[in-house]
Amino acid sequence: MTPITLTVNQKQVELDVPESRTLAELLRLDLGLTGTKIGCEEAECGICTVLVDGVPVDSCVYPAFRAQGREITTIEGLAPGNNLHPLQSSFIDHGAVQCGFCTPGLIMTSAALIDTNPNPTDQDIKTALKDTFCRCTGYTSVIQAIKSAAAEMRGEAPFPVQLPAVEEPERIVGHSVAPYGVRDKVTGAARFTDDYNFPHMLYARTLRSTYPHARVLRIDTSAARALDGVQAVLTHEDIPGENLHGLVRRDWPVLCGDVVRYTGDAVAVVAATTPEVAAAALDLIQVDYDLLPVVSDPEYARSPEAPDIHPAGNLLKHIKVRHGDVEQGFAEADVVVEREYRTPIIEHAFLEPECAIAVPAGVADHDKLTVYVGSQIPYQDREQIALALDMPADTVRVRGTLIGGGFGGKEDIAGQIHVALLARVTGHPVKMLYTRQESLVFHPKRHATIIRIKTGAKKDGHLVAVQAELYGDAGAYASLSDKVMTRATTHATGPYVVPHAKIDCYAMYTNNPPSGAFRGFGVTQSAFAVEQNMDILAGELGLDPVKFRRMNAQQVGATTATGQVLRESVGLIETIDDVRRDMQPENGDFRWAWREGNAAYGWGFASAYKNTGLGGGAPDRAEAEVEVFDDGSVEVRTSSADMGQGLAHVLAQCVAEELMLPYERVKVLLSDTDLTPDGGPTTASRQTFMSGNAARLAAIALREAFTRQAAEIMDVPPNELRYEEGLLRYNGQQVELGQLVGRMKQHGVSPRARYEYWAPETKPLGTGGDMHFAFSYATQAALVKVDLETGEVYVLKLISSTDVGRAINPLSLKGQIEGGIVMALGNCLTEAFIVEDGIPWTTALARYKIPSIKHVPEMITHLVEHRVNSGPYGAKGVGEIPSIATTPAICNAVYHATGVRIYSIPIDQDALLLALKRNQTEVHTAWPDVK
Amino acid sequence: MQLWNRYFLASSVDETLELLLQYDGQARIIAGGTDLLIEMREGHRPPQPVLVDITAIPALTTIEQDNDQIILGACVTHARITHSTALQKRATCLVESCGVVGGPQVRNVGTIGGNVAHALPAGDGTTSLVALDAEAEVVIDGERHWRPILELFQGPGVSLLDSTRDLLVRFRFQAHQPHEGSAFDRIMRPQGVALPILGCAVWVRLNADNSHYEAARICIAPVGPTPRRITAVENMLAGCPATEDTLEAAVALAQEVIKPRTSKYRATAPYRSEMVAVLLRRALPAAVERAKTTMPVTSQ
Ligand SMILES: Cc1cc2nc3c(=O)[nH]c(=O)nc-3n(C[C@H](O)[C@H](O)[C@H](O)COP(=O)(O)OP(=O)(O)OC[C@H]3O[C@@H](n4cnc5c(N)ncnc54)[C@H](O)[C@@H]3O)c2cc1C
Ligand code: FES
Ligand code: FES
Repeated sequence: MTPITLTVNQKQVELDVPESRTLAELLRLDLGLTGTKIGCEEAECGICTVLVDGVPVDSCVYPAFRAQGREITTIEGLAPGNNLHPLQSSFIDHGAVQCGFCTPGLIMTSAALIDTNPNPTDQDIKTALKDTFCRCTGYTSVIQAIKSAAAEMRGEAPFPVQLPAVEEPERIVGHSVAPYGVRDKVTGAARFTDDYNFPHMLYARTLRSTYPHARVLRIDTSAARALDGVQAVLTHEDIPGENLHGLVRRDWPVLCGDVVRYTGDAVAVVAATTPEVAAAALDLIQVDYDLLPVVSDPEYARSPEAPDIHPAGNLLKHIKVRHGDVEQGFAEADVVVEREYRTPIIEHAFLEPECAIAVPAGVADHDKLTVYVGSQIPYQDREQIALALDMPADTVRVRGTLIGGGFGGKEDIAGQIHVALLARVTGHPVKMLYTRQESLVFHPKRHATIIRIKTGAKKDGHLVAVQAELYGDAGAYASLSDKVMTRATTHATGPYVVPHAKIDCYAMYTNNPPSGAFRGFGVTQSAFAVEQNMDILAGELGLDPVKFRRMNAQQVGATTATGQVLRESVGLIETIDDVRRDMQPENGDFRWAWREGNAAYGWGFASAYKNTGLGGGAPDRAEAEVEVFDDGSVEVRTSSADMGQGLAHVLAQCVAEELMLPYERVKVLLSDTDLTPDGGPTTASRQTFMSGNAARLAAIALREAFTRQAAEIMDVPPNELRYEEGLLRYNGQQVELGQLVGRMKQHGVSPRARYEYWAPETKPLGTGGDMHFAFSYATQAALVKVDLETGEVYVLKLISSTDVGRAINPLSLKGQIEGGIVMALGNCLTEAFIVEDGIPWTTALARYKIPSIKHVPEMITHLVEHRVNSGPYGAKGVGEIPSIATTPAICNAVYHATGVRIYSIPIDQDALLLALKRNQTEVHTAWPDVK
Repeated sequence: MQLWNRYFLASSVDETLELLLQYDGQARIIAGGTDLLIEMREGHRPPQPVLVDITAIPALTTIEQDNDQIILGACVTHARITHSTALQKRATCLVESCGVVGGPQVRNVGTIGGNVAHALPAGDGTTSLVALDAEAEVVIDGERHWRPILELFQGPGVSLLDSTRDLLVRFRFQAHQPHEGSAFDRIMRPQGVALPILGCAVWVRLNADNSHYEAARICIAPVGPTPRRITAVENMLAGCPATEDTLEAAVALAQEVIKPRTSKYRATAPYRSEMVAVLLRRALPAAVERAKTTMPVTSQ
């Protein structure tokens, strides 16, 4: 311990800390200023930015002792007292906050910018924030928020908030209310899992496999156990219950005992008094392996010579879509296009690495073994923890904390079971925080896919048949592969009427990191192929790509390839028309492509659809509870998760709407298996629909109970009572909701209602009937510029129109759409998780570039509201649909601009340029093939 | 993870050297730390018992202009180089190259000395210093002397300096005079590691009526294990008219003499070869245009 003096947020502090501290650690651990977040510790993400003498630096790589005598400003010190800095309020107003994990970093970097440049242009902002990442918002709102705050600080009027046009709003639904809890996210008060600490807490680390496929012969933990400070070292032998977890299929060992199947596999876990001791202990564990042959690609996995990764073989699932008679279809076709497409493994790169804390029963006011975790599925976490620990589920409590982004990557078990085991063994609270590098190698990703697809149409432009074969790389464990690849398969005709289809998908086990849920759920991949085949076909038929899509577009009454008749809410044609309208230049004729000097410009067009909800015959239910308190405030509770997508305010809006309350009166409690009823998994774009419905219907039930009570008190017929801002009125008489609570309790009536909402029934694939209860639709057009000297691709403009059923909160919807599009931009242009023979090359964020603010195109966002009868106020899912059409739209644009078609992503400027130089029209390799 | 145990904030060159001596190989110099700490974090380099921070040493953090010569402390950050008006005029390529390193947070702490001491084949600041024909003042084995910058590079990531014993103190190079100008440009890809596919710094001196090249220095990197100059093209340019034809001849010669390699997940050899042409066509005319407007250094 060495003394250090520095000024933090204008207060001089003197501390005695280890010299090994980084500034981020000093702030978070020694001063408890947890507003500064850590996302990578590699100087890549910038979310740990603080100001040192007014200059922004990455505090994660800034040695604390360099700050000796300097002035540090963190998010907590940006504004005096309880005030908000103009940037903080502007981030709220312009919808620039979703999960909020990046927000302190973005705001601090922006504060330094405005300090030196009071009137920043878009370009200035893009330069200053180039290395401060946000994975949720898509940055457009961030730019707007910064410019608006700067204007305010110059004494000018703030910028108006840019909202998409929507249909007539209700009293609360349809308005862009501020997201629930957003104030805490801009002040640094918001607590994510790693921001929680408990007395005598231990720190855990995981020993992962050295090899992608090996037999475990011996694990020797004696040296690790003997290390000073180590409190427990656990292996497979220490698991009291079932040593397997998995959401759909339990095939994933909690701790591997016989075989390891990928390099992220956990072999042992350690708990120690400090993270450093825990890390040192890992090095002392000896594991002897017997290497097994590695299966690293899904096509090879299906070949007879491939070794089996699981006892039942490598075929995880063969998924089939059969519709009409595909032979006959192709016989009728005048033009047939057959191509092969490839997509790589994609990483979620949520900015908050996984973290879990377990507190044993009887410790720190916890009456049960309690696990704190930012999870997308708390109830299933609980079930899986209980199974492994061999405890009844109701003796375990899972408390969801805020989630710093999930996108599907926080559905599977990460450290939840490990910390629970360690807490039980040691009797202490145990925290397990993954490093970014560990997070990268461990968690399930988006499936790499190979898609061979043949599309046939008649001369008049009508599609007649689609035949496709897909290979999905499921990696080492099942995770949600079955469901994800099913979605890839069933959506492989695109949102079109195709009378004949035959689609086969093979989800294959390999020794790569597992693949699972990822925003878009397989449809991102198939759309890449489908929508490019559509353009190729249009070209061969001599048809305009927009007209061609329009003429084949699904409409109400159409039948999908799974035999579902669409009865309502099919807004595809409107989305197509919206986007096409905006592509029209103000003067002159529309052109798909043109050249200026060394730049080639091109437009590309693509449409997409995506189911809402689990579907496929899975019983889909969500429960919510609404309670009114004495003070007239209301709480809505469900276990569903808000990972930044804005579920909390959707629920509050539904409840405020139905109880005719001001929005601010509604509190939201999420993700607590003891206090909130089961909302089901936060996946498949289902929560607005499912939990939104449950909350709305619970509120209605409660309203009816209150009406009856008030009617009795006032002695008036219930249907003559009016609700107004928390009051019930009748002819000059009035009573407050809060006042009624006591009365109801006296009469044994609970001021609380719970509703279990069951989604409309769906049917399994292959049985015909409704596989899904709703689909969202989107069309996007991308304008790209290709540098003909370098092959570099720039997306300049992105027009989108999305059929969301109903806009419950237009600003936050716009945020979902912009964020989804920018994420998809990464899918197309910057990202690939590279694995070489089962060994990840992508072991650091420095090797995985997600889009930064500089990649952001001008975005124009339209909403279409074709309501779903059964949806809350007509709404359907929106989480995933924005990410699907972007990649093919960009690739179609590159084709128009250059005449070169991209069959593999992310687009490789190297291969594109060489193709141009060599007069080739196809690129079948991508960035990972540069070697 | 703990990357170091002891941390010293040195206040002078002497103190630094004493600490290094005292710890006898266990202590390592840290400047910005934007290379060093990340290498350790990513496991490419073991944790270091002792770090000696040299960023608070006044002698290492100054930018001086002594008539025609610029002296640049090893710990001057990329941000300060980028914002220096003197350097913008007198060492334009250096400003352009330091301006594209990382993002603002990295430029605010990363130093030019760290860029050179790391000895990558294509550090951006390094590429420009090579084109500026800089010299480096180093203390090696306790001896302080000036060395041509190219002598510092022994191999990819291997420096003449052993940063557990030796210190890079500062750089010196000629400030641009009338008829002299420079430019830097690079080609990146949006994927993978933030190292350039190819970077190119060009310095030129024109004759009195700006019609001909008098001299040129070109560094294109990475085209080998260490940064180097493209002397064949430099020699060819000297005496030639500053025309489009000369540029094309220079491009043709450069593509002939430079044989770039394919590097995994960065670029293929044929692509790099194309980029040699693109970068020369961008940087050489830019340097020439600037040379035409460079003003004399006013007396200080
Ligand atoms: C996100 C990110 C992006 C980056 N982008 C770029 C880029 O675009 N272009 C580019 O060129 N670089 C880039 N870098 C690398 C890095 O920022 C630069 O190379 C920087 O100049 C290194 O300087 P530093 O002061 O941080 O060096 P340090 O990390 O402190 O030191 C690097 C090495 O040099 C030694 N050393 C440092 N100074 C001295 C000295 N005076 N005497 C002796 N030894 C010394 C150290 O011991 C260490 O071995 C990037 C880094 C990050 C994290
Ligand atoms: S840059 Fe510091 S945490 Fe990512
Ligand atoms: S809001 Fe930026 S990362 Fe989630």
